[in-house]
Amino acid sequence: MTLNQPREPLLDISDYRLAFDSFDGTAQVLDGVSLRLEPGETLGIVGETGCGKSVLARSLLRLNPAPPARVVSGSIRFEGADLLTLSEREMRRLRGRRIAMVFQDPVSYLNPLLTIGTQMTDALRGQHAAVGQAQPSRFVARAEAAALLASVGLAEPERLLASHPHQLSGGMRQRVLIAMALAGNPALLVADEPTTALDVTVQAQVLALIAGLVRDRGLALLLISHDLGVIAASCARVAVMYAGTIVEEAATATLLRQPRHPYAQGLLAAVPDLDRPEHRPRGIAGSIPNLLRPPPGCRFHPRCGLATERCRVEKPLLRELAPGHNVACHHV
Amino acid sequence: MMGRRTRLALWQLRRSFSSMLGLGLVSGIVLLALLGPWIVPYPDDVAGAVNIAGKLRPPSAAHWFGTDEVGNDILTRVIIGARLSLLVGMGITLAAACIGVPLGILAGTAGGVVREAVMRLTDLFLSVPGLVLAIALVAALGPGIVNAMVALVLVWWPGYVRLAEAKALSLREEPFIEAARVAGASRFRILWRHVLPNSLSPIIVKMSMDVGQAILAVASLGFLGLGAKPPTPEWGAMISIARGYLPDWWWYAICPGAFIYASVLGFNLLGDGLRDILDPRSNRR
Amino acid sequence: MTALLHATGLAKTYALPRTAFQLARTLQAVAGVDLLLQPGGTLGLVGESGCGKSTLARLLLRLVPASAGRIVFAGQDITTMPEATLRPLRRRLQLVHQNPGAALDPRLTVAQAVAEPLVIQRLARGAALRDRVAALLAEVGLGAEFLPRFPHELSGGQKQRVCIARALAPEPHLLVLDEPTSALDVSVQAQMLDMLAELRERRGLAYLFISHNLAVVRQVCAEVAVMYLGRIVEQGSAAEVFGAPRHPYTRALLASVPRLAGAALPAALGDGPAAATVDGQAAATVDGQMAATGEPPNPAAPPPGCPFHPRCTLAQPACRMGVPPPLVNGLACPVSRAG
Repeated sequence: MTLNQPREPLLDISDYRLAFDSFDGTAQVLDGVSLRLEPGETLGIVGETGCGKSVLARSLLRLNPAPPARVVSGSIRFEGADLLTLSEREMRRLRGRRIAMVFQDPVSYLNPLLTIGTQMTDALRGQHAAVGQAQPSRFVARAEAAALLASVGLAEPERLLASHPHQLSGGMRQRVLIAMALAGNPALLVADEPTTALDVTVQAQVLALIAGLVRDRGLALLLISHDLGVIAASCARVAVMYAGTIVEEAATATLLRQPRHPYAQGLLAAVPDLDRPEHRPRGIAGSIPNLLRPPPGCRFHPRCGLATERCRVEKPLLRELAPGHNVACHHV
Repeated sequence: MMGRRTRLALWQLRRSFSSMLGLGLVSGIVLLALLGPWIVPYPDDVAGAVNIAGKLRPPSAAHWFGTDEVGNDILTRVIIGARLSLLVGMGITLAAACIGVPLGILAGTAGGVVREAVMRLTDLFLSVPGLVLAIALVAALGPGIVNAMVALVLVWWPGYVRLAEAKALSLREEPFIEAARVAGASRFRILWRHVLPNSLSPIIVKMSMDVGQAILAVASLGFLGLGAKPPTPEWGAMISIARGYLPDWWWYAICPGAFIYASVLGFNLLGDGLRDILDPRSNRR
Repeated sequence: MTALLHATGLAKTYALPRTAFQLARTLQAVAGVDLLLQPGGTLGLVGESGCGKSTLARLLLRLVPASAGRIVFAGQDITTMPEATLRPLRRRLQLVHQNPGAALDPRLTVAQAVAEPLVIQRLARGAALRDRVAALLAEVGLGAEFLPRFPHELSGGQKQRVCIARALAPEPHLLVLDEPTSALDVSVQAQMLDMLAELRERRGLAYLFISHNLAVVRQVCAEVAVMYLGRIVEQGSAAEVFGAPRHPYTRALLASVPRLAGAALPAALGDGPAAATVDGQAAATVDGQMAATGEPPNPAAPPPGCPFHPRCTLAQPACRMGVPPPLVNGLACPVSRAG
């Protein structure tokens, strides 16, 4: 593979453009996204509805149905291989093994008719088959499943294996899915709004679990969320997305303290602060653009207080302000 | 200027070959039925003119599908028969829906004793094989196209009760129904303004498919001699007579058979296409 | 001043479907809740999913009948009032749903949806009706161009504005807001909160604000009630409840909220005390306070004694027995009160 290239990051997304073709025309859902992730690094992607963050996450496993999805340009290199040009068979070997994914709604990813044990052993055996290894016996796979459940903090794994999904609480189901994601011993965990469907006390537990796994297993984490608080609690770095572009990328603490892009500033100012009720959250005027006809130049300019003529014609590129702090704005 | 929804619907329809085929077959038959009396080659044959000299002729340039046992042009009679079949098929479906849908919506929203009563009655009708019940009813009422229709409506409505009840039950839980209650809406207003319009999509799909099935059922009764009385051209009755002339005069049965086949297939494919268009999930795109 | 809404001992019990081998079971969704809301007041109802806050709202709106207790609205006992008598009172008691997409009939235009309560209550017709609808839309910041649109043509924020305009149409005195911003993006949520504050000011509305988002409740509400498994476990002014929480559940809830300010690089990532959150073991969050372990129990089989005791760090043997502790001085926890 690429062991002779020493500084290759784990994940390198470069100028990735993705379009969705529909009856109404072509929506430019991702417009030149570039991101890098080193092994063991944690990166959060924050943005509002329709900014393309989930589409980007699913791109890493090539889960966007095509059509309507269509790759326009760019590459997504993972461990040296371009995910966009791999065959479906090679992709299957990566999915779940090197890159694992956890979704927002754990219920829909578990078959209600099968026990947790059956689903986990099937998945484990399938993973061995995908790489051409001999399938472990059901007995061995079941023991492995029990160990995985224990590793995500679930008590009594044996009893859980015999349960059906509906007998589990939301938090337990999400833990089961995380356990299944860990089965292939992945290098990268992609978590798409993993706690959005959970209550806040359970969310705290699941976030702590993910953080612990990242630390103990050296996993790289790509966490997608609309909630800056969730990202702040889990990720060292954060990228802010708006209308299919990354507008700012920085260390989480830096972004929270001094966001530079007007959208990132607006996003932070809109979050109500539980400890400072006197601080009134401020909304961002206007609404997200229609990606069928995105505004020319900077996609944020129609809602931006700083917008000038230049913003209306020239698309700002991501520039490095300080080491590790990139902003796509003509005004910083 | 067409609305976006209309254009989207047409776009979806065009993308599906089977829907287009269905639409084509149905429009073709409807067109033939509408223009029938003006385009048929031998209008006199409809009323039962007798031309023994030209009986049971094979297909030719003059008679595309041959002639029958009294020398009538088969194509002419089948085209005129399309009017009857279409009218009767649509009439049965419409009448069945008009009985079944209100009962189903009532059952789905009222609950309690009303629901039990309506649904058990429905089950009672559904548990008897439809065509057998219809045959028995026609036998009791006496053969004839009107009696055949009455009998088929009587066996057809329970399906609509089932469908409307299920739809109304699921709508009952919708927040917008609750919002109407908060606004002070009466039960009747909720049914009429909110439940009924939002239940229509699956009902329209079923109606489209049922027209085909009803045409088939009428033809079946006609085949058994329980439908239209001769000399009224009716597809089922024609096949019934044609059966006696098989296999030597095979063309006699081909034409009415093909029309029954085409109309049932057409309405079914059209219903499938409508289902895709009316599915709210496909509208969000 | 007479209270706008006064509920006492309100309870809702649902019968669960019987299965062959079980006796009849019941689910106590709401148990013995007292609430008092003054005209123009703001009461926040917080709690996790399944705690009964939405059922409580529907009891107060008479959308589901109460199993026990009494509801007095504007001086009239509406607990068992027949629907026909209640109808004129419904004007004054309106609801805004969580999911604005589902709360609007997909086949009605914006104009029809906003006009519906006015038509039903016979408050306006003809040209006056059209003017009222346009004025209501303007009040929620939507122009006349929205009148002929259908819900699927609107954004989430616009739909919620339409829902609010519709709720305002019959001139209510109390607005029950059931998670009104949880389906919205934060930038839209902030606009919505501003608008709600403005409307309350202008119209002298009272709000019963239901939310799982504590920061939002703190923005909107002067008073807060915390619910757990069908009961109010702590109640008081927002400053008291959020500033100095007394019930262990309230504390756990507050400790679980991820903070932005001073978000010390995730305790869990660095050397913080975070980590192991094995069910049944203590978990520390960012600010080091004790959070709750485990998950809320099944409401159909609540634990004996205090419903929170299986997850509580202060639980004493006495908490595990008898009946749930009553709400005394806004707190349903004798252990915390004594300590």
